[in-house]
Amino acid sequence: MSQIATNEKIPNNVDLASDRRLQRALEQWQPSFVKWWVEMGPVGFQAHDVWLRTAISADSDGWAHFDYVKMPDYRWGIFLADPVKDRRIGFGDEMGKPVWQEVPGEHRNALRRLIVTQGDTEPASVEQQRRLGETAPSLYDLRNLFQVNVEEGRHLWAMVYLLHSHFGRDGREEAEALLERRSGDADNPRILGAFNAPMLDWLSFFMFTFFTDRDGKFQLLALAESSFDPLSRTTRFMLTEEAHHMFVGETGVQRIVKRTAEQMKANPGREPRELGLIDLPTVQRYLNYWYSQSLDLFGGEVSSNAAQYFATGLKGRAHEDRYEDHVALEGSYEMTVPKDGKLVEESVSLRNAMNEILRDAYVEDCQRGVDKWNKTIAEAGVDFELRLPSRRFHRHVGLYAGMHFSPDGQPLDEAGWAAKQGDWLPSPADRAFIDELMQEPVLEPGKMANWIAAPNRGIKGKAVEFEYVRRD
Amino acid sequence: MDPIRFDTSPDRYSRWKLTFDGPVATLAMNVPEDGALAGDYVLKLNSYDLGVDIELADSIQRIRFEHPEVKALVVTSLKDGIFCSGANIYMLGSSSHAFKVNFCKYTNETRLYLETLSAQTGVPSIAALNGTASGGGYELAMACDHILLQDDGNTAVSLPEVPLLGVLPGTGGLTRLVDKRKVRRDLADAFSTVAEGVRGKRAVQWRLVDEIAPRSKFDDAVKAASTRLAQGRAEREGPGVKLPPLEPTRDGDVTRYRHVTLAVDRKRRLATLTVAGPTEAPPADASALRIQGADAWSLRAMRELDAALLDLRFNHLDIGVIALKTSGEPATVLAHDARLLALAERDWFAREVLWHMARVLKRLDLSARTAFAFIEPGSCFAGSLFELALAADRSYMLDVSGGPTVALSALSFGALPMSNGLSRLATRFLATPEHVDELRGQEGPIAADRALELGLVTYAPDDLDWDDEVRIAIEERAAFSPDALTGMEASLRFAGPETMETKIFGRLSAWQNWIFQRPNAVGEKGALTLYGSPERPVFDYRRT
Repeated sequence: MSQIATNEKIPNNVDLASDRRLQRALEQWQPSFVKWWVEMGPVGFQAHDVWLRTAISADSDGWAHFDYVKMPDYRWGIFLADPVKDRRIGFGDEMGKPVWQEVPGEHRNALRRLIVTQGDTEPASVEQQRRLGETAPSLYDLRNLFQVNVEEGRHLWAMVYLLHSHFGRDGREEAEALLERRSGDADNPRILGAFNAPMLDWLSFFMFTFFTDRDGKFQLLALAESSFDPLSRTTRFMLTEEAHHMFVGETGVQRIVKRTAEQMKANPGREPRELGLIDLPTVQRYLNYWYSQSLDLFGGEVSSNAAQYFATGLKGRAHEDRYEDHVALEGSYEMTVPKDGKLVEESVSLRNAMNEILRDAYVEDCQRGVDKWNKTIAEAGVDFELRLPSRRFHRHVGLYAGMHFSPDGQPLDEAGWAAKQGDWLPSPADRAFIDELMQEPVLEPGKMANWIAAPNRGIKGKAVEFEYVRRD
Repeated sequence: MDPIRFDTSPDRYSRWKLTFDGPVATLAMNVPEDGALAGDYVLKLNSYDLGVDIELADSIQRIRFEHPEVKALVVTSLKDGIFCSGANIYMLGSSSHAFKVNFCKYTNETRLYLETLSAQTGVPSIAALNGTASGGGYELAMACDHILLQDDGNTAVSLPEVPLLGVLPGTGGLTRLVDKRKVRRDLADAFSTVAEGVRGKRAVQWRLVDEIAPRSKFDDAVKAASTRLAQGRAEREGPGVKLPPLEPTRDGDVTRYRHVTLAVDRKRRLATLTVAGPTEAPPADASALRIQGADAWSLRAMRELDAALLDLRFNHLDIGVIALKTSGEPATVLAHDARLLALAERDWFAREVLWHMARVLKRLDLSARTAFAFIEPGSCFAGSLFELALAADRSYMLDVSGGPTVALSALSFGALPMSNGLSRLATRFLATPEHVDELRGQEGPIAADRALELGLVTYAPDDLDWDDEVRIAIEERAAFSPDALTGMEASLRFAGPETMETKIFGRLSAWQNWIFQRPNAVGEKGALTLYGSPERPVFDYRRT
């Protein structure tokens, strides 16, 4: 039996031990992955013991196993959610037929593209976040960062599994290329623009895990509906992990605004920045930036690709079962479209509006988190409300790209935008302030950086003071 | 619809930016999304319509005539991440079949013009693909001598017509893959069926591109390639020759240029195209020719003929027959021809004038209209203008005593080749090549009976029969099925060897035009019809 094909080394529920094709592919790829992790993964903590969750089975009680592990020794595994008996295609032109266990030739290229594009974001975010350990606000947060990182790594494995198992030689080449592209590299960048900017501060990290990972959640929800059953099953399992990433973002921002609001109340008349806190308008500007960046990831408002993906059954809507019409050939969707400098309502055929429909669900989900942050601010007795800007604001993809809009969605000319954009997006001064604030890591168990409140509780029953990351 | 005009100049370009840096010219594509020539399609991602090609053709022409200092041309894009995504699908989808075919023909002529910029003028071109080149974008790149592709894991070359649109690449893509770039046919097959195309090293291995360069070194690689290709090219001594606009006068259905008149008779579906010969003696030497510049008859008359042909093709679709006529002194035409040929041995401008003449005559060969030449008293079908009679599907020469004569000149024997690489005489007498040699000794003037005997004209009616013969010929022709005539004429015009050029136009006419008409492309459920709509095509899977 192959060296690689042991459950001990690569936990899996895809019968790796008897799948020679997959073994051969992974024998090549797994060492490249570890090499990539050591080169491009978190800086400075590769030899530390980190108290991490490892998925070792797909059962509800077995998939979350916690223990100390050095990250390069992390057991990245391959898990698919349990098959649904007699699953049928749930939308599009082929609705009602049995789902595909193998890739139909007709859809091979489109599916490979979808999987590669999704897969590319996973290592990209690890690369973007690799220096954050150097400025961690606590051991608790450091551990959460690494948990997110190893799981993004596992999501890469999940996509690579699909490429290796279903796309032959092309798939193996694409899997290699996923390890060769580098976030921010001038010559070999990651596929999506938003994944090429380095992430150097923790406010951005929390915003990213809240907003950008939430895009990931909705993409996964849409792919979980896929007629290609292995893709559906693998994304359904990934969603269980993605939830933690959004928890990190949501509670991270919440702890920041909590700390700021409480200290504002305790120190009336003092500027939050003087107190070494992140002032709420700055939080709003970072929110504006990351929200608008993440909206771009859903693609154009009117998209023939999205229509094709839906028609062919490759990618559905999030929670397709909540809709009544799964063919979506008749209906239309009203959207606000810029025309000759004005905004007008236009009717778009439903299938072409699939990106926007997914974005609608995303916006609603984001709002729930923002409401919680506002509740925290209000509870501290501070009068300030964070708001999601209009989805037209600061867009670089789709109908609104190339134009300027205020956070409340009003069109602006070049001069109007230039005069106000410093109020709406992080300025160089904001970035310098945040940079200054987050210079040193806080590595003493239980201690928090001044600008963030302690979490309500620790991880998996452990205390907040637990030594989540340690040198052995 | 407003008539389409082909006159433009760099100061009016809105789709391309033409810049000059010493011996290297750069033509950078930057199509404005709202820059559609006509219609309400949006030109996203550097997709093109006829407006883009009109400027491209004009640029090439100006480099040839106005910029002798140029020794290499870089074709690139000003848009981020995209070189060119080919002909705009919505433009094609909303165009009439006739327009589509004319559009494709014109773009093909322009690609060939780019190739002759290298082969004739000696200005090689480099396609600097700083973003993805798909469909017509990659076909444009293939018309260049050297393709440099940015290697960033993303930028690709592709021909997605078959998998995405259910049609074929319309500007010679398939032919150039295997004939020009000599891509192995099985690899070409794989390439032409994968919509996302091929990137990086594999694109080089498959011969789809010549070179790849990472993004950070791309500009250097472009510079190195253009410097290398410009090196050792022959000097073309200045000054260049400015090409002013032709500015014809339009009076109802009659368009008058300086030497060419186009008169349209809608009722008879007949256009009369008259070219006047030169009235002055030819320029004495190269510098006199250069001083005449764009006013030189050999250049001016042919530019006007070109404009009139394009006007006919695009703005007068219902004209079935072109009556080709000339007026002037045959001896003066012959004198101009002889001088031009002599000067062309040493002078680049004379050579350009000659190549331009050849190009315009090819445009006539390739026009899908019946062409009849009518050789009447006062005409000057001599030398270069006799090529009009040879290009025509038939020629009628009035046979009366003291009537018109025709004449051959040194230009008749290869200086003005057709697409098949042969002279019109050699193509005409394919069965008897020795006859062409015999004709060398007897250039003319040749009277009607002798011209008939030599096979230089089709019919030579006398004055009693003339009017009726001509009338019946035109009326009969105008009544036939225009589709059948287009096919018949194109089949008969290009006897002799195949060249890349004849293959491109032949396959465009046969395969592409056929596919463009089929329900699988343009039917209610056809791939082209449904492109961009929420529905998927439904094919009739029976193979033909």
